[in-house]
Amino acid sequence: MSKAFTPTTAKPGVITANDLREGHNVWMCDDGWTADPAQATLFEDEAIAELALLKAIGQSDLVVGPYMVEARRGPNGPEPAHFREAFRQTGPSNYYHGIQAAKKTEASHV
Amino acid sequence: MFDARPVDTDYVRHRAAQFRAQVARRLDGSLTEEEFRPLRLMNGVYLQLHAYMLRIAVPYGTISPDQMRMLAHLAENYDKGYGHWTTRQNIQFNWPKLVDIPDMLDHLASVGLHAIQTSGNTIRNTTTDAFAGAAQDEIADPRPYAELIRSWSTDHAEFQFLPRKFKIAISGGARDRALVAAHDIGLRLVQRDGQTGFEVWVGGGLGRTPMLGQVIRDFLPEGDLLPYLESIIATYNLSGRRDNKYKARIKITVSERGLDVFKAEVEDEFSRRRHDFRGADQEALAGFRDRFAPPAFRNAPFDGFEAERKANPAFRSWADTNLHSHRIEGYTSVIVTFKAPGATPGDASAEQMRLLADLAERYGHADLRISHDQNVVLPHVHKSDLPALYLALREAGLATANAGLTSDIIACPGMDYCTLATARSIPIAQEIAEHFRAEGLEEEIGKLNIRISGCINACGHHHLGHIGILGLDRAGVENYQITLGGDGYDIPAIGQRAGAGFPAEEVVPAIDRLLRAYLELREDAGEPFIDAYRRLGPAPFKAALYPETADA
Repeated sequence: MSKAFTPTTAKPGVITANDLREGHNVWMCDDGWTADPAQATLFEDEAIAELALLKAIGQSDLVVGPYMVEARRGPNGPEPAHFREAFRQTGPSNYYHGIQAAKKTEASHV
Repeated sequence: MFDARPVDTDYVRHRAAQFRAQVARRLDGSLTEEEFRPLRLMNGVYLQLHAYMLRIAVPYGTISPDQMRMLAHLAENYDKGYGHWTTRQNIQFNWPKLVDIPDMLDHLASVGLHAIQTSGNTIRNTTTDAFAGAAQDEIADPRPYAELIRSWSTDHAEFQFLPRKFKIAISGGARDRALVAAHDIGLRLVQRDGQTGFEVWVGGGLGRTPMLGQVIRDFLPEGDLLPYLESIIATYNLSGRRDNKYKARIKITVSERGLDVFKAEVEDEFSRRRHDFRGADQEALAGFRDRFAPPAFRNAPFDGFEAERKANPAFRSWADTNLHSHRIEGYTSVIVTFKAPGATPGDASAEQMRLLADLAERYGHADLRISHDQNVVLPHVHKSDLPALYLALREAGLATANAGLTSDIIACPGMDYCTLATARSIPIAQEIAEHFRAEGLEEEIGKLNIRISGCINACGHHHLGHIGILGLDRAGVENYQITLGGDGYDIPAIGQRAGAGFPAEEVVPAIDRLLRAYLELREDAGEPFIDAYRRLGPAPFKAALYPETADA
């Protein structure tokens, strides 16, 4: 688990967790949770982010272990700022499994 | 008092049914995640980097063909077609859905397998030598004792909430192949004056504070095994630290209190507990021995093996590398490595599992073992069957002749799967294996243990590698420290850090420099890396790793 992170304008963040029933990685978005990290809500305001994280923690019927983590603004949406989060989005090195397979993208494999 | 209660099918079915109800309550909101988490961990269910992970025990590494086929069934129907052998004779599935795990446990129960105590602060799977019951140097088969410990420790009421997890290993051979010095309790079978007993080690372990165990009893009669184990763990349960999880293992307790003080407390406890057993444990042990009766070995010529060995260089290379001496003339144990260059160490597909189940029935007295180095052993194969077995393995890509060589790397799942990891292990292991195969150096280098962990918890046993690699996060970049001189076998030793860590892309070149230096430095082709390291000390090897420092 990453260390506690508080987003700012300079270092925005996203909220991520695992889906309760299936276990796969999900990100908080404007209307709930998504398996597409590019659709995640990017938080820049500390107070709004804290409220959102409390809301996520309260949704334990949907997700497990939500946490806030740093992300970068990308042309298509939030991008991971740390390699751990990148691996959560690209799946394991040895197999084309996980979220990248579910999305059926042609993204390069780590 | 010990009550002999085998971990039988009815019991594990009952536990699976309990867990099904707990999952249902979690999903309908009756249980919070905080309430559910300890319950899922008691059933081997973790939440990892990408998904849930189910860790299943393979008790003392022994598995039947039907059990292996069940693992294949789970891999195909509830995972992504493969499982992962761990360094403690378990298998992990990396992609199950929580909603499916109760069904998986039911399937496992139908063949006597389970995930009980594969997690949590309790006594974990007791591990043994993968050649148990077969090795030429064996003093006694350790598995009946391991089964006795499993029966005693499963749901042992006193030991369900220990300060931390607790690991026991038993070695039955003259040579330790169970890493007894690296366990909370290590047991070495010994004989004295015609009596079988144990040399008892305590306080070993790896992780962030690696320590080798110390001998607390140089001879413990076998009849005292359980009361003495119980006394050690009860002493630890009371005096082990609970204020800091990183200082809660028995190695810290023994280190802080000193072996003499700890031993006096254990002996005092033993004097009280010993009388409570009253022989029930020995009756149970006698029953367990019957379960491990040797197969009906046959006396048959094996000229065909010798002829094939002479005629077929590939077969000879495999036979010279992947066989282990058997106590019965004409027989051998076969190591099937899951370490073909480019493969993920320890990963087994459903097809591979089924093939091994079939081959074990055809050629191996229906016996299979999971080894601590993430391979599978067919312990009893007649030499006359080896050519046919080799062909079948080769067709399946499982005849890589690399047991104990450079590419036979132990690697933890690392950050590719594990939520605790700080760097990846798998791609580094793959790159090293592919590099030395491509360079054609593996056979020339000879016996070498490379071990990789993706974090300080040391699941890849990097401290025990002749060459150990520890993956860390350095300012948001994967970085790999190298340790030298570790050994888990004949002369237990914790590897020493060589110097600054390397970025991922520099690990293979560094290991290449190190091993080419070894080839130059060794006395002759018969001197293994670890012997050359012990003879010469770390300096010339550090110089190879850090040439810029050596030139300065």
